[in-house]
Amino acid sequence: MKKFANIFLIVAGLTIAFSSCTKDLDTVPLDKKVTTAATVFENPEAYLQVLAKLYAGLAVSGQEGPAGQGDISGIDEGFGQYLRGYWYHQELPTDEAVIGWNDQTIKDFHGQSWGAGDVFIAAMYYRIFYQIAVCNEYIRETTDAKLDGRGVTGDLKAQVQTYHAEARFLRALSYSHAMDLFANVPFVTEDDVVGLFFPPQIQRAELFNYVESELKEIEGQLLEPHTVYARADKAAAWTLLAKNYLNAEVYTGMARYGECATYAQKVIDAGYQLAPVYANLFLADNDQNNPEQIFSIAFDGINTRTYGGTNFIIHAAVGGSMNPSDFGVGGGWGGIRTTSAFVNKFSDASGNTDRRAMFHTDGQNLEIINIGEFTDGYAITKFKNVTSTGSAGKDIDYPDTDFPLFRLADVYLMYAEAAVRGAADMGMAVTYVNKVRERAYNGTSGNISAGDLTLDFILDERGRELYWECHRRTDLVRHNKLTSAEYVWPWKGGAPQGVATAGKYRIFPLPTADVNANPNLQQNTGY
Amino acid sequence: MGKHLTATMILLLSMLVFGFSAGYAQTGVVRGVVTDAKEGGTLPGAAVQVKGTLEGTVTDIDGNYSITISPNATLVFSFIGYESQEVLVQPNTTVNVALLQQNTYLEELVVIGYGVQKRDDATGSVTAVGSKDFNRGTLTTPTELVSGKIAGVQITSGGGAPGEGATIRIRGGSSLRASNDPLFVIDGVPVDNDGISGMRNPLNTINPNDIETFTVLKDASATAIYGSRASNGVIIITTKKGKEGKPLSVTYSGNFGISTPIKTIDVLDADVFRKEVQDRYPNQAGLLGTANTDWQKEIYQNAFSMDHNLSISGAYKVLPYRLSIGYTDQDGILKTDNLKRTTASVALNPTLFDGHLKIDVNAKYMNIKNQFGNRDAIGAALQYDPSKPIEDGTLYNPYYLNDVNGDGSPDTVRMPITDFGGYYAWVQPGGTDIPVEQGSSNPVALLNMRDDQSTVNRFIGNIQMDYKMHFLPELRANLNLGYDYSKAEGDNITPDYAPWSYDALNGGGNWSAYDQEKKNELLEFYLNYVKAVKSIESRFDVMAGYSWQHFYRSNSSLNSNYSRQFTLDSIRPGNYQKNFYGDYMRTYNIKSDDNPTESYLLSFFGRFNYTFKERYLLTFTLRNDGSSRFSPDTRWGLFPSAAFAWQIIEEPFMAGVNMSQLKFRAGYGVTGQQNITDNDYPYLPRYTLSDQFAQYQIGNQFYYTLRPEGYDYNIKWEETTTLNFGFDFGFANDRIYGSLDYYNRKTSDLINFIAVPAGTNLSNYILTNVGDLKNEGFEFTIVTRPVSTDKIFWELGFNATYNQNEITKLTATDDPSYTGIDVGGISGGVGNFIQKHAVGQSANTYFVFEQVYGTDGKPLQGIYVDRNGDGEITDADRYYYKDPAANFYFGINSSVSYKNWDFAFSGRANFGNYVYDNVNSENAVYERLYRPEGPYLGNITDKVYETNFVNPQFLSDYYIQDASFFRMDNMSLSYFFPDAIKKFASLRLTATVTNVFTITQYDGIDPEISGGIDNRLYPRPRTYLLGLTLQF
Repeated sequence: MKKFANIFLIVAGLTIAFSSCTKDLDTVPLDKKVTTAATVFENPEAYLQVLAKLYAGLAVSGQEGPAGQGDISGIDEGFGQYLRGYWYHQELPTDEAVIGWNDQTIKDFHGQSWGAGDVFIAAMYYRIFYQIAVCNEYIRETTDAKLDGRGVTGDLKAQVQTYHAEARFLRALSYSHAMDLFANVPFVTEDDVVGLFFPPQIQRAELFNYVESELKEIEGQLLEPHTVYARADKAAAWTLLAKNYLNAEVYTGMARYGECATYAQKVIDAGYQLAPVYANLFLADNDQNNPEQIFSIAFDGINTRTYGGTNFIIHAAVGGSMNPSDFGVGGGWGGIRTTSAFVNKFSDASGNTDRRAMFHTDGQNLEIINIGEFTDGYAITKFKNVTSTGSAGKDIDYPDTDFPLFRLADVYLMYAEAAVRGAADMGMAVTYVNKVRERAYNGTSGNISAGDLTLDFILDERGRELYWECHRRTDLVRHNKLTSAEYVWPWKGGAPQGVATAGKYRIFPLPTADVNANPNLQQNTGY
Repeated sequence: MGKHLTATMILLLSMLVFGFSAGYAQTGVVRGVVTDAKEGGTLPGAAVQVKGTLEGTVTDIDGNYSITISPNATLVFSFIGYESQEVLVQPNTTVNVALLQQNTYLEELVVIGYGVQKRDDATGSVTAVGSKDFNRGTLTTPTELVSGKIAGVQITSGGGAPGEGATIRIRGGSSLRASNDPLFVIDGVPVDNDGISGMRNPLNTINPNDIETFTVLKDASATAIYGSRASNGVIIITTKKGKEGKPLSVTYSGNFGISTPIKTIDVLDADVFRKEVQDRYPNQAGLLGTANTDWQKEIYQNAFSMDHNLSISGAYKVLPYRLSIGYTDQDGILKTDNLKRTTASVALNPTLFDGHLKIDVNAKYMNIKNQFGNRDAIGAALQYDPSKPIEDGTLYNPYYLNDVNGDGSPDTVRMPITDFGGYYAWVQPGGTDIPVEQGSSNPVALLNMRDDQSTVNRFIGNIQMDYKMHFLPELRANLNLGYDYSKAEGDNITPDYAPWSYDALNGGGNWSAYDQEKKNELLEFYLNYVKAVKSIESRFDVMAGYSWQHFYRSNSSLNSNYSRQFTLDSIRPGNYQKNFYGDYMRTYNIKSDDNPTESYLLSFFGRFNYTFKERYLLTFTLRNDGSSRFSPDTRWGLFPSAAFAWQIIEEPFMAGVNMSQLKFRAGYGVTGQQNITDNDYPYLPRYTLSDQFAQYQIGNQFYYTLRPEGYDYNIKWEETTTLNFGFDFGFANDRIYGSLDYYNRKTSDLINFIAVPAGTNLSNYILTNVGDLKNEGFEFTIVTRPVSTDKIFWELGFNATYNQNEITKLTATDDPSYTGIDVGGISGGVGNFIQKHAVGQSANTYFVFEQVYGTDGKPLQGIYVDRNGDGEITDADRYYYKDPAANFYFGINSSVSYKNWDFAFSGRANFGNYVYDNVNSENAVYERLYRPEGPYLGNITDKVYETNFVNPQFLSDYYIQDASFFRMDNMSLSYFFPDAIKKFASLRLTATVTNVFTITQYDGIDPEISGGIDNRLYPRPRTYLLGLTLQF
């Protein structure tokens, strides 16, 4: 009996001794850089720091620069950077750019032969929805109710309310990209919570309406134009509205050019001016004294580093006999050039007539025999990591150059196109176009009259003014020239002289991975 | 931990008190050691029974026994394969017994989780290898000891570097994303087998010379007692111990070796290269040089190694001890590569209180100093222009002595860089002295201009107390406290005049330092009750326990540039490295980081063994594990197992059958996996602060950003269900014995990193439980002794494994158009993958285009089979073709003794393993001869003549090649001088060759490629060794 008493004692003792240890399993991160969601907003600074992340989502690829702790996965981190992906999608399928690398399926872009399994397309898509998801999270966490619950009042509350509107702008921006590139996409808002669910698919036209209503709702809550550099203000929202109205016929089947002109005019009236020298818009100090910039993606050689963004655009454009030091970098990546079709948009490729013709021709062939050869096709010297005074950027590997997502010249040309399409004043349109051309020609020698102002002229002028600034694919689609036989360029459709391609290539497929993960999604027609 | 410790100590003490108060009369304890009469080794697991009763015990791991008897008892000592002995004994004496060997197994030892078991009683699939059968050679890693010796176990080294890490797979991998490494338990301490910074292989901690046995638990009935960490098998290592009653013994063993490169990759020699460049890129011929450099010859060397071990063992009164120290110094065949390792171990295992309290104290310490050769040189040596010299003659650097400010003395400002330390380097066009950033660098400069060192200290210690209750000898309590500590420090320095680290603007160079501290603490306690009940011919063995483990890891790093600040007077190549560190400044790009993290694992476990009539054996185990990596709702997992074994040989109807062993085993069990090495909080919503290089500008200010992280609150254990059937057999008095096993393992709820529906989480990929996979296979082992006489003894062992791995589910919804998860990144381009995890395929199956060949049999560039027949070649035409895992693998080993001569060999064969030849898919193309992004010239491999490809065709199945092979891992010959020094010492001299030869059709440098992508493998050398062992 004594034995059993002993055993009982032991077992009882053990149970008491060990069951108390289970609370060891409730751990929280030890890393000082990591905060639990439950406590993060105890620090008021966090509101601005999370907002900064929403902006940074367009500029960097993760929480470490230039790479590390990537925001999205499934692709090389540099490829998955927002602007680099957007650039691939908006420039490579067009006459403005070819790329020579052997990275996965990258050559399919210019050949317009991509498929639903393409990793670059998936990366862009997931990048867009990453932005949307983190914006949703921020919007959820900064409602008035949440702020009141945390005792946020006064100035801080007012500030956070503006941040809240900016998060909605950034979400609208990404939804606009989704609408433009992918048409019918999953739809998630702040009303959804993080977890496993299957978002419904929204049709392109409905998405247009949603973005429109969002932008109109927040219009009044955003900062006044010119207030703080690199934050989205009212003018940014107007420009985005103008841009969406310009393309509304593509998105919804219904033209909205009048509203395009209205919002373009709002921007123009807000006091923006063309910068005197075109080339300076794309240099390392383009964030300084730049009266033309409406909304930029900011990069910095010391503080904001990435393998995407302008780092990619500048490095990849340098090769052959180009001297990397002229571009403020240590070496080129020898990848991207342009087609002869684009070079021929300029009557004189030297830049002596139209200063926007910024080509490197030494050692380069105008025509492309082998896309893999950097020296086939003229190189473009538009973006550089040197300042307007000629000195190098802060770092030789990571440019300071900001990317002009929205700038005044684009708004002028949008207004002009609306006018040509009969929805705005032609006289103003000619004035605006000539402002752009006077800068390009360094005088009035390139000026046009109302009779010159045709849709084809506008499309070409947008090319000349805005090349490599992520407008081209959208513009070609709107003018029905991306896939049709109306306009072909070298290697369009994979043929040396260029051929028409299937209409499905006007939009991109939804990535197979998401169609597979979300049963609510219907693949875009043709894919 | 302190609290647990105290509580447990109190318990243990209270038991002692209870025990003493119980008291006993007349009876007493007899104890001693059971040894092998011929070989002298101890016999663990030998049965010691009081004649005429069911009372008995089993010798422990060290052959010790103790048993309580009445006066004039007769003890029967028996052990399978040995002749039984009966000895009349009296209480309170020591009786050592030497048993005579029959022709049978040597390794009857079966170490199992939380105990030792007679092989007879084992119900699971367990294979043990004793020190006598270990592989020989320069072994720095324990796993090398048993490579090829155990069916179902595959060990593949990552390459030929000293102390290189190895991939160990037991019955294929059961996970996709979580670790596939087995759990290692060293002297009772489950150790952290995750990587240690600055250490090529975390298992190098244990000096192979200290290892006594290596036991592999393969099926779930054996492993399930380790629950959530056992899905990939368990490897239990026990180290050598002193023996009670043994005299002092001192052993020195040492060896000296030379390693030589066997094969290099065939690239164009300088003359052919010049001709090809002139023919194909006539405009670039001006870039050619006049030298003839064989870069591979310049980076490899014959490497020297030595290894010394000294051990002292014996017993001081009741305190058996063993002390050992070891020192290894091994050069790599890649120049500048070196490993120096010092190990020390102490084992004390006293028995107190008349054998009631056994204490095991083990402490192992290791210090490794690595000098890592720069492996970038391996790839660069293939690609670097052979027409260029190693050095271009500029040895001195006048700019060091520049006097820019004109004060007459050299300046302390950083100067421009022009000569790259005297090494040849490509410079940018236009007469600049700016090096080409892209592309390959001078291989010799890569080796000599980077200083990459690490120092790692690791300590693994435990104290284990096993107390047999005085009041109830059938009940044992066992307390095990363990501590595994490692501290690693490393520096990696590249000077600013290294061309690949050039930065004219801010000063180049790079200095990165890292250190890592890991602390893992263990507390385990279990009770074991063993009772034989004669009346029902039954024996019960019940064990229940608790385990608490804490894992802490902290990584910190510092990174900055490394530019000259002061003048230097001499920087001859090879002489500039360490001398001038003090003169360097670190002012730019400074980044430091510190990432502490921890996790806890708590477990309750139990085992019930039931034996009926000594021939029907049942085992049930159950483990309940809690992991801090999961949410409170999902963190507890239950892992059961059941097994049955039938000693058919013991059945009456087997009488007269000429078999010495026949046992049937059947087992079923569930094990888990929670080893997510990169995230201890996958379920927790949290925000992460950016570093200083990922800030964002708002206005004129930059802000560190805060990012909400993706998470899955419901993430939980991955579960593997294993079914195992096996036979153990022996014929002719165990002259032939072996086993055959069939297994089927299904893993469900795979912890996987997969795409979630876009927009639903805070990243596109989330660590979650999706997917199933299975492994199915057979294992066969046979050992024979064709000859066994006084003078000649020949043993031959053979094992074979068949394993088939298949992924059965990958995503939440099934879509046949989903091709799977990209894996297997390859070199050439960025982000290219050659393998997929796909449903219906083995893990890592190659996903390629089907090559079309011309009439001359050569592949046609860019021409592939239009497999889906849509008229164009798109990604949709890729297909699944072969995988890197061998379906069949074999091991063969043999030893022959003739008088004092001893010859042994061991070899392995793999069949059905396919390799992607990335060396040639990247380098056997003409376009690599000239690269416009520098511009620069680069060499190509001579396989280009087999394809004539101009542009790379990375995704062609042409590059997937059968890499089946047979490799003779080692052969050794030794001679034993029993009385080398006047009966005072014995001496054994051994000559060994490792990596003797390889038979294969694969024509890369080595067919054995972990992961299946052959690129820049550090070549495995052939090593010639002379060793001697002196025993006093």
